[in-house]
This record gives sequence, C-alpha cells and structure tokens, in this order.
Amino acid sequence: MRHLSRRAALALGAGSAAITLIGWNGGAFATPQAATDDIAKFTGGATPEKGKISIELPEIAENGNTVPLSFTVDAPMTDADYVSDVLVVAEGNPNPGVATFHFTALSGKAEASTRIRLATTQNIVVVAKTSGGKFYTAQKLVKVTIGGCGG
Amino acid sequence: MAETPKIRVPKTAKKGEVVEIKTLLPHIMESGQRKDKDGKTIPRKIINKFVAEFNGKPVFSANIEPAIAANPYMQFFAKVDESGTFKFTWTDDDGSVTTAEEKITVA
Repeated sequence: MRHLSRRAALALGAGSAAITLIGWNGGAFATPQAATDDIAKFTGGATPEKGKISIELPEIAENGNTVPLSFTVDAPMTDADYVSDVLVVAEGNPNPGVATFHFTALSGKAEASTRIRLATTQNIVVVAKTSGGKFYTAQKLVKVTIGGCGG
Repeated sequence: MAETPKIRVPKTAKKGEVVEIKTLLPHIMESGQRKDKDGKTIPRKIINKFVAEFNGKPVFSANIEPAIAANPYMQFFAKVDESGTFKFTWTDDDGSVTTAEEKITVA
C-alpha cells in the first residue's frame, strides 16, 4: 500500500466503496448478533457491566482502511488485580472479530493502541476481563466515509 | 520474512517506571475478503499473533484478525523493575515468524 500513487489509492478506495454498496460476498456481513455471539463466547455467557473502559476512535473515519483505535481500562494492574484480556469487535464488518489483547501485571497499564479496518459505519465494542473474572464493556459509533478493503 | 519491524523502546528507565512501547511490522495483512481482477478471492495472509515479553515474562500480546489494518501497529506499556531485554514476536498465517529484541537499562 505504501507504494501506491495517490491516484491508485483513490481508485482502490472508490472500488471498495462500490463493493460496500453491493454487499460483501453476497451480503455476508457480520450483524450485531454475530458480535454479540463473539462477546458471549469471550465472557462465557456472563453479562459485562458498563463502564471502566474509555475508547478513543474518530467520530468520522474518512478512510476505513486504517482507523486509529485506543482503549484504556481503569484497573490497578497489580499481581492481585489486573485486566487480563480485552476483546474488540466491530458489529458491521464481514467478521466481527478485530483482536483480543492480553495483559499481565507487567503491562503496567491496561491500555493499547492499534489501527483497524472498518467496512462501514458501525459500533465498535470493547469488553475487558479482569483477573478476578469480572467483565466490563463500552462501545463507540464510528461513521465511515469510505469502507476498508476487508474485514 | 524480509521486512524489518520498527520498534520504539526507551533506552533507560527508572525502577518501577511504566514505559511506552510502539511497534510496527510492514505487512500487507491480506484480509481474505478481497477479489483479484478475475473475481477470485485473494487468500488470507495476515499476522495473526503478536507477543511482547520482557526477560522471558509475558508483558502484552494480541490475537489479531483481518480487521487490523495493514502494517500492524501496536502501542502498549510495560512496567520495568530491572534492566533487561524486550522480545517481540510476530506470527504470520504461513507459519513464518519475525522476531526482534530491544534492551533497556533500568537505574
């Protein structure tokens, strides 16, 4: 991608926007239900409590190919009490899974940043699991102008 | 894999300090959703796992799906109580592994 000319990059973007309009692989998009199923698998059926997590995402992503995502979970991060796992799902992508992050007390902070792909305007849901087996969740809506190629 | 990861780790830190680490591995992260010009699906080829360790102990790791953008970037933190070496490992769908190490001196 780094070697693409601006024109080629724009053409690619326009192409993926068209694909978005007609639906991926005959409309095989994830639904909020598929995301909910992923979350249930992660929590083992427990309902996560709202809060403790802050998500940083742009309100409007012009290019869904690379959208900056940061999250912070409020936790002491000691050997006795730390956030062990964080699941990120995207409700409107072909597959809801984005990534699962694993932390330890050595992480110091339950905080990470990465760059994600978003096919369309959708909710991003973050679920955190603590070492004590508690679950917390937060979500944020991102409006996507041009969808990213792929899930 | 020929690509070289870009890594930012502070050279020094105070004991018990929480340091910021940034890593990026140049990689196409082919999602398996795209089609070539003949309409054939381009097979998925992504980095599916990233692991960071300090002196052999796990610090941070991620199981990655195709929804992570090309050239996977990870920014995270580590609490350092002693001098030592960070080891970073990226695992590709094809089984190939890229590793890198960075030293930090804790005063």
